[in-house]
Amino acid sequence: MKKELIELRVNGRAHELAIEPSALLLDVLRQELQLTGSKRGCDDSSCGACTVLVDGVAMMSCTLLAASCEGQEITTVEGVSEHGALAAIQKAYGDWGGAQCGFCTPGFMMTVKSLLAENPDPSEGEVRAALSSNLCRCTGYSQMYDAIRSAVEVERKGLAAAK
Amino acid sequence: MSNDFSIIGRPTAMIDAAGKTTGAGKYTDDLSVPGMLVGKILHSPYPHARILRIDTRRAEKCEGVVAVAVGKDAPNPYGILPVGHDEYPLALDKVRYVGDNVACVVAVSEVIAEKALELINVEYEVLPAYFDPEESMKAQSDLIHDSKPGNLEKDYHHIFGDPDQGFAEADHVAEARFIANEVTHAAMEPHSTLASFELDPHTGKPGRLTVWSSTQVPYYLQHKLSLVLEMPMAQIRVIKPLVGGGFGGKSEVIPLEIIAAVAARKAQAPVKITYTREEVFWAHRGRPRTIIDLKTGVRSDGRIIAVKARVVQDGGAYCSYGVVTILYSGALLGALYDIPNIQYDGYRVLTNKPACGAMRGHGTVNVRFAFESQLDELAAKIGIDPAEIRRRNLLKPPCITVNGLRVQSYGLPECIEKTVARSGWKERKGKLPKGRGLGIACSHYVSGAANSIIRSDMPHSTVNIKIDRDGGVVVYTGASEIGQGSDTMTAQVAAEVLGCSLPRVRVIAADTDLTPIDIGSYSSRVTFMAGNATLRAAEEVKKLIAAAAAKKMNCTPEELVFRGDVVIRRNGHVGTAVPGRPAEQSSAASVSGHVEGQILRGSLQQKRKEEGPKDWMTFEEAVVAAIDFHGALTGTGSYAPPQEARGGKHKGAGVGPSPAYSYSAQVAEVSVDEETGEVTVHKVWAAHDCGRALNPVSVEGQIIGSVWMGMGQALTEEMVWKDGMLMNPGLLEYRSPSSVESPEVEPIIVESVDPEGPFGAKECSEGSLAATIPAIANAIYDAVGVRLHESPFTPERVLAALRTKKNVKALNLTEGVDPTSPTRFREHGGALCFKGKGPERHALDPSRRQFPSAAGGAD
Repeated sequence: MKKELIELRVNGRAHELAIEPSALLLDVLRQELQLTGSKRGCDDSSCGACTVLVDGVAMMSCTLLAASCEGQEITTVEGVSEHGALAAIQKAYGDWGGAQCGFCTPGFMMTVKSLLAENPDPSEGEVRAALSSNLCRCTGYSQMYDAIRSAVEVERKGLAAAK
Repeated sequence: MSNDFSIIGRPTAMIDAAGKTTGAGKYTDDLSVPGMLVGKILHSPYPHARILRIDTRRAEKCEGVVAVAVGKDAPNPYGILPVGHDEYPLALDKVRYVGDNVACVVAVSEVIAEKALELINVEYEVLPAYFDPEESMKAQSDLIHDSKPGNLEKDYHHIFGDPDQGFAEADHVAEARFIANEVTHAAMEPHSTLASFELDPHTGKPGRLTVWSSTQVPYYLQHKLSLVLEMPMAQIRVIKPLVGGGFGGKSEVIPLEIIAAVAARKAQAPVKITYTREEVFWAHRGRPRTIIDLKTGVRSDGRIIAVKARVVQDGGAYCSYGVVTILYSGALLGALYDIPNIQYDGYRVLTNKPACGAMRGHGTVNVRFAFESQLDELAAKIGIDPAEIRRRNLLKPPCITVNGLRVQSYGLPECIEKTVARSGWKERKGKLPKGRGLGIACSHYVSGAANSIIRSDMPHSTVNIKIDRDGGVVVYTGASEIGQGSDTMTAQVAAEVLGCSLPRVRVIAADTDLTPIDIGSYSSRVTFMAGNATLRAAEEVKKLIAAAAAKKMNCTPEELVFRGDVVIRRNGHVGTAVPGRPAEQSSAASVSGHVEGQILRGSLQQKRKEEGPKDWMTFEEAVVAAIDFHGALTGTGSYAPPQEARGGKHKGAGVGPSPAYSYSAQVAEVSVDEETGEVTVHKVWAAHDCGRALNPVSVEGQIIGSVWMGMGQALTEEMVWKDGMLMNPGLLEYRSPSSVESPEVEPIIVESVDPEGPFGAKECSEGSLAATIPAIANAIYDAVGVRLHESPFTPERVLAALRTKKNVKALNLTEGVDPTSPTRFREHGGALCFKGKGPERHALDPSRRQFPSAAGGAD
């Protein structure tokens, strides 16, 4: 298939890429841009390990054409840490055991980020519902709820301190 | 918990956590090397067939294809067990399951490789296939392996005590058939391997091989690669990057790991193969479907007097870990309760399905489901509380069980007591509203096998420690971090012994060129064995440091205490700094260490000399003193299980013995919808005796994860087969529970402090799983009064049991449906069908016309 030139904005940086129109966003991120944080756990958007934000919306990049994302702002897990330091949610996932093998973690990071952007103080039910788009085989999810609660706390304290 | 420790026992984030949450951590599929090609494997569409001819010419001519590897490129058999070398990387003359490996295309891109797969023409002679183990055992001809008559991989018949006499003395006997259906690991990371040869400067030919692979067992992989490729082990380097979960699915050599190396050799370029999710399901090696005919006899006081189990495992097409699995199923009837008489008949049967292997709770889970269910039934029969009947059958350790297992630390009584208390068992059991119930069950697991699968006297784990003048501690261990926290445990143990802070310790793990042999991450052996090896290596280095430091301080080494990055004389004073406040101290210490160790050491030492001996030194000062004194600072520790823990003398006695056993007791609270048959687990209280919790966050994570995975097997997870074809090879169809279906799990850590474990620690990652399934089954009985004998407890099975109880004709949910369709709803048949490569392909199928067979002579 003939390649096309597209411009993809990822984590705030623009990349000019020659890709096949059929190329999937996940493959472009992993192979063309070497952003290997987003993972391929299945091939049919059933596991969520490839979740990225497209204009702030959590999307599964394994079933998304890269070409269709032109002109949109893509955020991958590599774009989550803030000012060269771990974001509250990343620190909390480590501290509370929200990540074990870590393969699903990038996907969860993006899902949680999108959840907290919409709902800064979700109830456990809301967290469970949001997280159900992603699969984890290690943790049984429990420690993720603790991590998310703690990250929300930290953010709130941070905001209070900033005021 | 104890104040005697400064590092262990505290909740600690995993040392590799940041790499996982930022995406910076590299798993095998994230790696690439220059000139790397992609490999794709052609799988068999038939469950059992002879390969008459493979024609790869058309595929090889395809633009972008570099090589096509077939069976004869590496015609050496291998298998994880020395008694089970029955696999070839690519099939030589026969395929034995749908998905068996036939050829591998190496190409410049995945798309081209996939296209070329379609151009390989394989001529098969289809053979009769066996899918049911009990049918398979009757086979007279067309055996799956010619050397295995009756398709029987292995059978064992053990009698301990006098079971017949025992049953004669029993007041109550229960007997039933239980079936646990097949489940698989479904680790989030699909298997991936990257293999690369380097040219030898002396011969000019391909020499050393480096393999990066998602493996739990780098050493075994190195061993099997050497066997198949006919290369010396010293020429092969296996590196384990981050591994995205294993659960046993990466604890043996998976075909792609060897195929990648064979393909790289043939293509003369680095090759990476990553399985699709569907291929992961075919590669399988999960928990076999198990048929358990169980008979238990008890006295009227609740004491178990005899157990008789006949276990048939549907092992799939190859041996894999099968011989070990069938032995564990029998051996782990012991070591949980005191059972004086046991008869065990185990049959591991071959069928034309993907091979089963080791999965979390290897061998014990399905039998435990049957046993704990039956014990519950007997308790009801006698009228004893289910928690009480378990208490009445406790072992009295230290002891050796009737089947030769040595039990020392035994936290089961405390586990039962704590789950019963926390769950409100006494107040709530039997008093919940209709449709809601509580169930209890117990389980246990080994902390590593006392006998290695490769018989030898080598230590099971060896660890090296190197400390240099910068005060950095580097631990070299072959133990494989697969997400369970092995690297963190290693760092914690080293830091605890050396009295240094955790960031000072760096762990180099699982690289066969750098790290000494450790046989891998399986059977929950790492904390116990690699932990002990680390402890010993650290003790050895500590001795060297202490000798030098004592000399400087004019005291004996025994007087020194290592803690908080300071070496101090007992009862001595550290100037203004106080030991036990590591945060402040380590920052100050690291600066002084840097200066002292590298630049101003001479003059500072001079100054120190003038000041005369002190009561304390920083860790760096002590290290520098030790290096000056000894010349270098390294230590080695190794661990081999003690002879007394290695079990009895009977045939098959090698499997089951462990230096220590973990214990678990769980209460599950469920509700059952009698209209739909749906079971909901509300909460599980899980107490686990892990000896000592070195890192409580990880221990709790392992307990919750085990319970959760057990719940998956209990309620939803099942591999559904139709004529050897897997009907649900996808993560949606396999139905691993999502966050909305997952119950709250309350982990309760019980610390029995094992006399031989590192700081008393034992296993914590597998033992809990086995108790969850029977706890849920028993809770279902409590809720609606039906005893389920087949897992998973799907709505169909629950409804069928409810209707049987009410004497209503069981509903046949598939009545009127195509009789050739599977009994369970078919979601999709996998890509094999989509690509038209299945056996029932229509003559006018367009893809068939597009790729006429080479045999047809069209070109």
